[in-house]
This record gives sequence, C-alpha cells and structure tokens, in this order.
Amino acid sequence: MSSAMIDLILQATLDTLYMVAVSGLISTLVGLPLGVMLYVTRPRQILAKPVLNQALSIVTNIGRSIPFIILMVAIIPFTRMLVGTSIGINAASVPLTIAAIPFVARLVEGALNEISPGLIEAAQAMGATPWQIICKVLIPEARGGIMTGLTITAVTLVSYSAMAGAVGGGGLGDLGIRYGYNRFNPTIMIITVVILVIMVQAFQSLGDYLVRKSDRK
Amino acid sequence: MIELSNVSKTYFSNTRGSGSNAVHALKNANLTVPKGTIHGVIGLSGAGKSTLIRCVNLLERPTSGSVTVDGQEMTRLSNAALNRARHRIGMIFQHFNLLTTRTVFDNVALPLELMGQKRHTVRDRVIPLLEMVGLADKANQYPAQLSGGQKQRVAIARALASKPQVLLCDEATSALDPQTTSSILELLRDINQQLGITILLITHEMEVVKSICHRVSLISDGELVEDSEVGDFFTAPRTQLGREFLNDFLQLTPPKELIERLLDAPSENTHPVVRLTFSGDAVSTPLISRLARECGVDVSILQAKVESIQERTLGLMIAELLGTPTQTQQAMTYLESHQLQVEVLGHVQRND
Repeated sequence: MSSAMIDLILQATLDTLYMVAVSGLISTLVGLPLGVMLYVTRPRQILAKPVLNQALSIVTNIGRSIPFIILMVAIIPFTRMLVGTSIGINAASVPLTIAAIPFVARLVEGALNEISPGLIEAAQAMGATPWQIICKVLIPEARGGIMTGLTITAVTLVSYSAMAGAVGGGGLGDLGIRYGYNRFNPTIMIITVVILVIMVQAFQSLGDYLVRKSDRK
Repeated sequence: MIELSNVSKTYFSNTRGSGSNAVHALKNANLTVPKGTIHGVIGLSGAGKSTLIRCVNLLERPTSGSVTVDGQEMTRLSNAALNRARHRIGMIFQHFNLLTTRTVFDNVALPLELMGQKRHTVRDRVIPLLEMVGLADKANQYPAQLSGGQKQRVAIARALASKPQVLLCDEATSALDPQTTSSILELLRDINQQLGITILLITHEMEVVKSICHRVSLISDGELVEDSEVGDFFTAPRTQLGREFLNDFLQLTPPKELIERLLDAPSENTHPVVRLTFSGDAVSTPLISRLARECGVDVSILQAKVESIQERTLGLMIAELLGTPTQTQQAMTYLESHQLQVEVLGHVQRND
C-alpha cells in the first residue's frame, strides 16, 4: 500500500474521531441538562412543571424520530448558516450533534429513573434546594448510568459519522465509500471497517471502565 | 416541640374535576409532642402513618391545618425558610436512603455541605458523630459494604449532623432483624437521653413502642384514635384496635378449639371465659387462690403471660370461671374491685 494511501487512512481516522469528539462533547453539554430537566419537571418531581415537561418531551421525541440520513440533508441550510459549508467534517458535526442531543437526554433521563425516590426525599428532609438535589444527589447517584449512556452515544456516533460520509462528510465512512466502494478497492473497505470496529471496542472498554469506577452499588 | 393541629391531607387522583376519587390520608389530626420525649405513632399499613410523619417536615404539605415545630409554624414558611427549618429536624427512613456513591463520612457530611459549612468544621462534626454511632472505623467505606444495622447507624449520624432539635423516624427498624432492631432502639434512646432530642417515630411494631416510647398514639384510617402513656396503652387500651394490637403483641388469644365452642350468651349450663388484665399491685397479689377461697369459684387457666413494659408489670390471663352464675358474677365483681380489667370473651358449655 502506498504511503499516500496510509496518510489518507490516518487522516480519515482522525476526522472520524474529531466528528465523534465534537458532536459527543456538545451533545453531552446540551443533552445532560435537557435530560435532567425532563426528569425534574415531571409531575410530583422537585421542580414539577407539567406543561414544560410535555413540551420538552415532544421536542425530544421529534428529534429522536427523524432518521439521521434525512435529518442530515434537511438541516443543510442551518448547517451552512452555522459553519459556512455543507461538506466536510465540521459540517457533518452539526447534524451529528443535533441527532445526539435528544438521544443523550433520554439516556440521562433513564439513568435518573434508576435512582430511588427515597434519596430525593432524604435530601429534601435535610433542607436541600432543588439545585442542590440535582448537583449533590441526582447527578452523582446517576453517574454510572450516565456513563453507560454516553458510551452508547459515542458508539452510535461512530456509526452515524460513517453515514455522514455518504454526503461528503469526511472520515472513515467517506473513505470507505469513495475508495472502497466507488473505486472497487476491497482492501480499503476492509481496513476502514476494521478501524471502525477497533474504535467501537475502545470506546466501549473505556466506557465500561468509567462505569465500574463510578458505580458503588 | 411538635404540634399538629387539625391537620388533614387529601390526595386527589389525576382525573380532574369531581372530588369523588379523593383519598383522605389524614383527617383532622391533633398531636402534641413535648420537648425531650419519645412519641410513637402505631398503626397498620395504609393507616396514614407515613403521611402523618411527612407532614411534620412538610415533605407532604397538609391540605389544611397547621404544623408547628420548635415554635415555628412550618406551614407558613417560605421555601428558603422551610429549608432552614428542616436543618433543625433530622429524619431517618425504613430503607436508610444513603447515597451509594458517597462514603460513610461523606454521607454524614452531606447535610453540613448543604448548609454551606467549611471543610474543617464538617470534619470536626462528622468524626465524633461516627464515634457516637460506633462506626468511626468505617468512615471510608461505601454503604454497599455495610450491614442494614450499620447503614441505619450512618443514617442516624447523618440526621444528627445539623444538630437538630427533633428526630423523625419513619419505620426506622422495620427492615432490620430483631437483634439489630433492639440495638438501634437503644441508640435512639441514648440520643434522646443524652442530647435531649425530641423523637417522633412511626411504626407497626408494638415492640418498638414498648421499648422506647413515652407516649403512643394509635392511628386508624387517617384518624388518631387513641393517645396515651405507653404504660396505660399496654395495660388498658381504650379502643378495639388498641386491644387487637396488644393481643397480637402478647399473642394471647384463646385456643382455637375454645373459640369454636364459645357462645355469646350465657345459659343454664355454661361457664364464662374471661380475659384478665392486671397491672401494678395486682400482679403480686395471689388473687386466683383468694378467688377460690372467698367466692367459691374455681379458676381454670387457659393461657397466661407476664410482661414488663418499661417500669410497669403487666399480667394477662385467659381463664374459665367455674361456679354457679351468682358465684362467677360475684368473682368478676371481686376482681374488678382489685383493679383488674375483666373482659368476658364468651361462655362455654359445662363438660360435666
């Protein structure tokens, strides 16, 4: 294999990691608070706001129900507005982030569901404010579950980022389609798939390690 | 220290509109717990015990009525003031409710952190508390590594961290085995005696009331139906439910085959079967043999038990009184005149 080819593969790997990292980070920053909001605004919860809760839930469900490939092309005008172009890894990161936010939010909400309501009650009895309950009880107690959710998100983002390759998004998916599929180069195709498999394995192992570290049950 | 007046709590189910599906969990409850006492509220599941205790620190907001703790009317406080007032009220729970991701030390430190205390002040407070509950060596362990009794000790230390005036115990020993229960109750009694903390506890176990409470209230279907000194409650409960609790506790019910033979009304050839409850001096008086001598009545003892309830002794007996109707009537009058409680359970046919 030529050194140009190796450079290409290396660059594509870095591109994929970049897209996963950027969209993973931003979707966590937005999805985590959104997930907490979905939980604490429920009826009879510490910040019960049933109408807001319904609204957030509907928006989240809409985000979750649009197929990624359609979302990607549907928001091209928005992507252009944000990063100035609709191709490349920065452009691909926009739909990836938008798709991942509701995903993260539901997983965070699910992790919070696992907390015993007694813990919230105990904190309230100690005179904790809702903000203190969120920071000192909910998030620390759900840490393991949140880590699991973020691992799932990272793995999902790896495969979604490969899909972004179909519309010129860059990264390993892009490489696989252009060189492996369009130019009939099975070696490239196999290499990209192998790298993706390794990447997913690595994310999963790292995630499992972090979950083990944060879980004390 | 704790005063509930006319506290009611009604839950409305989700369907809006008609009040037909309202659940009255608490109906006009009045309760006064003086400073430094241990007050128990006993009742069956679903009687409203949990709602009652949660109304004290407003984990449940009463639908009507007022709650006063340490001179502060809780029901009128703003959210911020309520949180400050809650720092003065500790609470422990049936399932301990410790944070799994915090060590024992950090669990006890939590209320102090919430109050915004400095790291070294927290340390100075937590260590002695852990020593008091006997868990100083477990400071760096996680709750999952502890037994149930140890978890409840941590919860007690945590509840005391903010130096409360009042401790609320929500079925605190119901998830523990009998031995652990008595060690936890002992700890609670020490806390009450040494720190002068007022304790309100809810339970379904008479054992808990018997071993540490000064006064007890009986709750049934959302209403406080009885309120008495523990000694009185155990010797002479005033309500049917109180008697049922006592009988379950003492396990003094007539034998099954006797119950089947019991008749409601006396007739020519029957003997009365009575339950005698005696306390105080009556326990040490040889009443049964005197009964035989003075009234000419023979007593056949079917079941008997002597219990000590705190400083008092309580005797219970189920017996058949053998004699003519006049004699047995005379015997019952004699017993009542000696401060015995006589309850006629029924009448049985003479065997002879």
